[in-house]
Amino acid sequence: MTALLSIRDLTVTYRRDGSEVAALNHVSLDVSAGERFAIIGESGSGKSTLALAVAGLLPASGRIDGRIDWFLPLSPFGAKAPPSVLPDISPARGEIVLSSLLSPITDVGENEPSTELPISPLAGEMSGRTEGGATERQPKFTPLGGRDIGFVFQDPSASLDPVMAVGEQIAEVAHTHLGLTWSQSYARAKALLERVRLPDPDAALRAYPHQLSGGQKQRVAIAAAIAAGPKLLIADEATSALDTIVQAEIVALIRQLVAEDGMTLLFVSHDIALAAELAERIAVFRHGELVELGATAQIVASPRHAYTRALLDAHLGLDAEPLLQQSGASR
Amino acid sequence: MSSPLLAVSGLTKRYRRGGKTIAAVDDVSFDIEPGETLALAGPSGSGKSTVARLLLRLIEPDAGRIEFEGGDFQALNGTALRARRARVQMVFQDPLAAFNPRASVARVLDDPLRIHGIAARSARPRRIAALLERVGLSADLAARAIHEISGGQRQRIAIARAIATNPSLIILDEAVSALDVSVRRQILQLLLDLQREQRIAYLFISHDLGVISAIAHRVVILDAGRVAESGNARAVIGTPQSAIGKALVAAAPRLNRTGTQGAADRQ
Amino acid sequence: MSPLRRFLCTPEAIAGAIILAALFAMALTAPLFFPGDPQAIAGPALLPPFQDWSLPLGTDRLGRDVLAALLHGARTSLAVGLAAAAAALAVGAVVGTLAGFAGGLVDEVLMRITDAFQTVPSFLLALAFVSVVGPSLGVVVAAIALGAWTGPARVARAEVLSIRERDFVAGARVIGMHPLEIAFREVLPNALPPVLALSSVIVAAAILTEAALSFLGLGDPNRVTWGGMIAEGRAVLRTAPFLSIIPGVALVLTVLGIYLAGEGVVETAAVRRSLS
Repeated sequence: MTALLSIRDLTVTYRRDGSEVAALNHVSLDVSAGERFAIIGESGSGKSTLALAVAGLLPASGRIDGRIDWFLPLSPFGAKAPPSVLPDISPARGEIVLSSLLSPITDVGENEPSTELPISPLAGEMSGRTEGGATERQPKFTPLGGRDIGFVFQDPSASLDPVMAVGEQIAEVAHTHLGLTWSQSYARAKALLERVRLPDPDAALRAYPHQLSGGQKQRVAIAAAIAAGPKLLIADEATSALDTIVQAEIVALIRQLVAEDGMTLLFVSHDIALAAELAERIAVFRHGELVELGATAQIVASPRHAYTRALLDAHLGLDAEPLLQQSGASR
Repeated sequence: MSSPLLAVSGLTKRYRRGGKTIAAVDDVSFDIEPGETLALAGPSGSGKSTVARLLLRLIEPDAGRIEFEGGDFQALNGTALRARRARVQMVFQDPLAAFNPRASVARVLDDPLRIHGIAARSARPRRIAALLERVGLSADLAARAIHEISGGQRQRIAIARAIATNPSLIILDEAVSALDVSVRRQILQLLLDLQREQRIAYLFISHDLGVISAIAHRVVILDAGRVAESGNARAVIGTPQSAIGKALVAAAPRLNRTGTQGAADRQ
Repeated sequence: MSPLRRFLCTPEAIAGAIILAALFAMALTAPLFFPGDPQAIAGPALLPPFQDWSLPLGTDRLGRDVLAALLHGARTSLAVGLAAAAAALAVGAVVGTLAGFAGGLVDEVLMRITDAFQTVPSFLLALAFVSVVGPSLGVVVAAIALGAWTGPARVARAEVLSIRERDFVAGARVIGMHPLEIAFREVLPNALPPVLALSSVIVAAAILTEAALSFLGLGDPNRVTWGGMIAEGRAVLRTAPFLSIIPGVALVLTVLGIYLAGEGVVETAAVRRSLS
């Protein structure tokens, strides 16, 4: 499998009250294209900082060292994933480099995308308009949040605009990043609401966030995140504010969408059991450091690091030993 | 069998929203015995937290009866109610929101001791130190501000405050949901230790059956404000009868499945 | 960074702070430089400014020292402005907290009273109050506060309405705290920041109201006030305009300084809130 992004020596420090706090400490890892990758850790582990760094969403107060290299496979649609490559943000903010492994923009229009990436079933709906002329001459390119990276936050009430109908919020993403007309964007928004299985997509288009339940809002947030057909979907504690039943539904939905669209998933969670159900590989973080990285089966069955073992032991599942008997408290 | 510590019968609370009346809690009845943990489970919106607020008289029910320690809890008012509150305490989900943002640890623990006349002013610092040690914290923490300490420490402070008045019942509303897993386990262990030593009964509200099966004796499952199912915690979680019980059990994350197996299960 | 240093980072805050510092210096040093009665006759009448360096700002119609009057006037303006604003904020915060926390009938009654005060123009209210009770410093302060407490009351009530739904208020009830203690010890301190943000506007308005009352001859007759000086100068506005202009400029600068410093404080507080 080809790598989608490669993180090398990533260090993120925040300045707080004069002292520097390292949220991430020399982290190096690779994420393969099309895999489901989980980042787990407790509060203060730096897992969300990593997700934000990958998405380029870190607040300006953070200092970034190290590099994140992107290997974006070229999509057959220029508007979707511009060619060649990318940006280094200013030296002070660290280096983010994108290398194109694949063919240049001239491939656009040929129906044989040489990429291994499955084309989204929805891709056909997109206008094949390319902006190649402009982008071709431009040697560098930043993976753009919203277009190349979809981000689902923990709290959908905070990430959705309370005074904008949800249809408009989703259509806006498609309009901005795919260059669709508004009516095309709305059609796409409706199709997306169907895909995230909102009960009445027509009514939902016109609904405002406060009229939806927490689970429904998170479905809308997911629809908006994938509206531009991103390569990478980042879910940062996207189910933590939901009850277990809704959480299971959302996890199943994410699994399905990722499979259908051939997206890479970065699933950030504090819950090792939940991550193990969804991800193929798990990275365990603690105090800003990568503690252990491995295939899910290996992490769960034979963790190498004591901290991973402690996390597994601390999990209280239906299959876990009840504490009640252990402590001998009985009536 | 002696009379239960808490007997709730026919508890109902309706809300009016946009001309429609919705029953947030609909004819809910259950008992809690002294020293027992009863879990109240259910998805969000099932009325769990409304039950907690009704039991604490933070809101008033439309119908139903609450008997606490053999007396009609709803007949109490004013000074009598405030005095009675010493016996039934609460721990909230978000330990940061549960305290005055300007308070110090010492003040938070001082309040119940002062209000219920449990210790004279001069004896209170010693009492506060003892409470902190009781919940596994250092007595030095008293001088710190609430916003300076960690989430797990805050939840221990919340428990210390709850046991300060020597209650017979503590209502825990998603009290461990916001905590890291390792901290969560320690807090649950602390609750069990306190229960064993002081015979405190818990009404443990949670949507997480994993946590419930670890510490509850009995469970009541709510759905849309009504009791869907109740009984011995192990039995109910082992073989749920109601649709919502089955859904909750199915949704609980399990560790013995791996990512690939999980995918296979669903396909 | 300390709040003070952050406060001094904004240019408007620096300007405001400088003006206010000068004003306070004037007010505090007035008895040192001009220990006698500022209303005593000091020289020839209607001496223009910058003629005689013992009377740098000249004299008024009766030969009183304008600089001495200006400095002593600063004392009155500041004293009345600060006292009236403090009274208005205190009354407003208490009324707003009670209304918001108690709700129901108490809220209804208190807010209707607030409405009643708010519908009457506050200057008319002050005018009527002073006319009936008689002019003295305390009465002027009360009269100004009477028209200024409604704003803080509304802001405090709105803030309390949202705070009383928070868990820590429920927590205070659960441990059996008395409702009045919850209102004033748990809720009110947390509702104060937006109320205090009004203080600069209220102080500035109070100083202007005091000047207007004095201008109309309803100020404390035993004290020099800027409003009174302007009124004095009005009779000779054509021949000696400086008698009105000097206290007028002092008034404008004072209000501007208070406003700028207030903006700086609000901004500092906002930065601190967004940081935390």
